[in-house]
Amino acid sequence: MDLPDLPEAEHQNIRFADGLVLDCGVTLPELTVAYRTYGTLDAARANAVLVCHALTGDQYPAETSPVTGKEGWWTQVVGPGRPVDTAKYFVICANVLGGCMGSTGPRSLRPDGTRWGTDFPPVTIRDMVRAQKRLVEHLGIERLFAVLGGSMGGMQVLEWAATYPDALFAAVPIATASHHSAQNIAFHEVGRQAIFADPEYHGGRYHEHATIPARGLAVARMAAHITYLSEAALARKFGRRLQNGGLSIFGDMFQVESYLRHQGSTFVRRFDANAYLTITRAMDYFDLAADHGDDLAAAFAGTRARFCVVSFSSDWLFPTRESRALVRALNRAAANVSFVEIPTDKGHDAFLLDEPDFHRTLAGFLAGCAERAGLAR
Amino acid sequence: MNEIGRPGPAHPEPVRFVAKNMRLDLRLIAEMIEPGSRVLDIGSGDGSLIETLSRTRGCDARGIEIDMAEVTRSVAHGLPVMHGDADHDLAEYPDGAFDVVVLSRTLQAVERPREVLRQMLRIGSRAILSFPNFGHWLVRWQLLSTGRMPMTSVWSRPWYETPNIHPCTIRDFMALCEQEGYAIEQWLAVDDAGQRSPWRRFPGLANLFGEQALFRLRKAGAPAGSPAPDGARQSNLR
Repeated sequence: MDLPDLPEAEHQNIRFADGLVLDCGVTLPELTVAYRTYGTLDAARANAVLVCHALTGDQYPAETSPVTGKEGWWTQVVGPGRPVDTAKYFVICANVLGGCMGSTGPRSLRPDGTRWGTDFPPVTIRDMVRAQKRLVEHLGIERLFAVLGGSMGGMQVLEWAATYPDALFAAVPIATASHHSAQNIAFHEVGRQAIFADPEYHGGRYHEHATIPARGLAVARMAAHITYLSEAALARKFGRRLQNGGLSIFGDMFQVESYLRHQGSTFVRRFDANAYLTITRAMDYFDLAADHGDDLAAAFAGTRARFCVVSFSSDWLFPTRESRALVRALNRAAANVSFVEIPTDKGHDAFLLDEPDFHRTLAGFLAGCAERAGLAR
Repeated sequence: MNEIGRPGPAHPEPVRFVAKNMRLDLRLIAEMIEPGSRVLDIGSGDGSLIETLSRTRGCDARGIEIDMAEVTRSVAHGLPVMHGDADHDLAEYPDGAFDVVVLSRTLQAVERPREVLRQMLRIGSRAILSFPNFGHWLVRWQLLSTGRMPMTSVWSRPWYETPNIHPCTIRDFMALCEQEGYAIEQWLAVDDAGQRSPWRRFPGLANLFGEQALFRLRKAGAPAGSPAPDGARQSNLR
């Protein structure tokens, strides 16, 4: 599979020449945060909402991606008249640290002009949040009205609430957990090993060989994609329907295979393998309780933020019981917490899909918070 | 949270709360709560009590509800409600997290009423409860005359499928309070026409004619007087 490198695109960004000190002890000599904003910041700078993207998301939730030409990943949630109403809120979304859409990551160039590649230091969810905090401060915002996100975005929301409790009014962790389970780590490891096993990976120096480990990355995406869907959703979409008739070993036999291969092959045209390794590691490493003496409630001690925890009934990657454990920890911290489980058969991906109950919940929660925060309607 | 007197869960749109339509016992409960209190409403249903308390009495009112459709509707209406139930979720809260903990028409449906009461008075300095009175004359008469489990407008489900597994009378409840060391700060019974009963000084009569009972409790050792929150706690409210 001979594929060119990712298309280069201009991403709006801010560069911090003083860099960033990472959890691993390494200091990034400079930090670039690629971001997009929607809506207008009000005079009191009180209506800012930070949207945190998931593992393979980007900073384009509400507009066409310049890289893929596809519609934004959260247009049903972010936009005028949407639950995160850009006519009302000033919405910020940044590419995560370690990503490949313009923020500093393994694809970025070092000050000496060479690519970071596998020399890029390991980052944590907290490092990602620290980078976002720099951006938010740069935009002149002391306190965000809300921080929200699903999956890895939800991990960032939790980290925001724990690390900068006074810098947010409301927190909406969606389809997420306070740590990655052994099962989640195991699935990620299958993906990483697939990338390592691809001869085009060249020990991470694939750029020097003008190639990319497309096969390995595609397999990683295929394995991960299965975890984003429920069995019911796969059965409904594909069942056991055959693609090309009879029994075969090498071609696509079932429609579900063809679907997964398509997912894999489109993914490699928009994502960098080393970024995938970096970000999956950050997710696996995330354990908010471990950072607070193994007491998750301690992470939220004294918090004044209003929380809305959302889970989806058929999500087996971040099941409702993880959300409930989070809610109980928030209760132990006497936090103001709303918690709903949205009934759906769409699995983990439901947070990205058309789920009217979820959207109503989100809109209502934010409206209630806006009323409490005294935001002008 | 229970079957008695709850509006059905089938409203297609969020129900805008209208004060005059609020259930009688909820209106009476709201009157018992000082403005500015931190309140937990267990079994918050459609959220009308917490909405009244937060919008008209400046309370930090939150809800726990077992019916997910009601939870979603409440949160979509901007109310802080979490999915959970009285038997399993109270133990998580720290001591004294609330000024008032409310349990309306649910005590008879929980698994362990005594433990729920203990938790309510651990996490809150006051507990307010309403429950249907199993000592009402019609209930007594039906059992006596037919020899079968009573079926009334309040106790409307047959014994084999009722969620109301722990019915009690007003006198039973008073006895439990005494046994557990709870001081009854205020109580009243409401008759079938929805009028406050005139039998305040005669629990025996209230137990016969009261269809619903309403109690406000505190731990016997706790200071009496107004359960209003102090200023320091107030500043923590958002």
